[in-house]
Amino acid sequence: MTDELALLALSVILVGIPAIRVVRTGNLVRAVFWLALTLLGTAVLYALLQAPFLAGVQVLTYVGGVVTLMIFGVMVTRRHDSAVVAIDGRNRVRGALAAGAFFAVLGWAIVRTDLSDFTPATTPTTQALAHDLLDTYLLAFEVTSVLLLAAIICAVVLARRRDPELHPAHPTPSREEVSPR
Amino acid sequence: MTLRAFLLVAAFLFSVGIYGLLTRRHAVALLLSIEVMANAANLVFVAFARFGGAPGQPLVLFALAVTVAEVAVGLALVTLLYRRHGDALLDLASEAKG
Repeated sequence: MTDELALLALSVILVGIPAIRVVRTGNLVRAVFWLALTLLGTAVLYALLQAPFLAGVQVLTYVGGVVTLMIFGVMVTRRHDSAVVAIDGRNRVRGALAAGAFFAVLGWAIVRTDLSDFTPATTPTTQALAHDLLDTYLLAFEVTSVLLLAAIICAVVLARRRDPELHPAHPTPSREEVSPR
Repeated sequence: MTLRAFLLVAAFLFSVGIYGLLTRRHAVALLLSIEVMANAANLVFVAFARFGGAPGQPLVLFALAVTVAEVAVGLALVTLLYRRHGDALLDLASEAKG
């Protein structure tokens, strides 16, 4: 029981507080960095769950890749100097109610469920994990690579700057036409 | 039982992500919330791989790849939205509204 409490306290510090900051802070750049902290905390939890390879992959792809992409996304779409996101106050109460209700239902289900059947098992080594990926889940592995290729092509096609003379049907409005927020 | 603690943490993370999805208006902020929720799902996979021996770890790797693809396409859409409207607030993306 003390283990459980210690783990919960550690998780709140490592993951809970940064996650709340991600959805509450008004500065987008800071939100991205809080997300990086959340993902690093999750990597620590993975290490506690004896998944060292996944912890490494988490740091490499998420903190190294996704967060960098997000930073670029924020920089490219920055309109105001402060990049402060306006949050509607009425929506905030409703969102807190919905999220709180969801957490209550989920937490009630978790606490009520008998989890005594789940005893600590041996986790696969990195070698076994590689074997799984390239043997048992080979088809899924290949489909994932096709998905990544499709996503890359899709991103390039979407974000490509089109020649405005070739596409007069979608003129880009100037900044003065957009109502200030 | 520490499995319960991990599940509670994941549930909390997912709820925080839902809160962000419901309150944020900037497209990049919504993507951040989705990341938090995907992270919670991955944590459940890894927890059940540790307790009970489910084959969760390969699934997490696939989930990571799918999330990265989603972020790439999502950011391309955000860039498009910004280029067309001069801002990336989702209130502006209402052309398909009936």
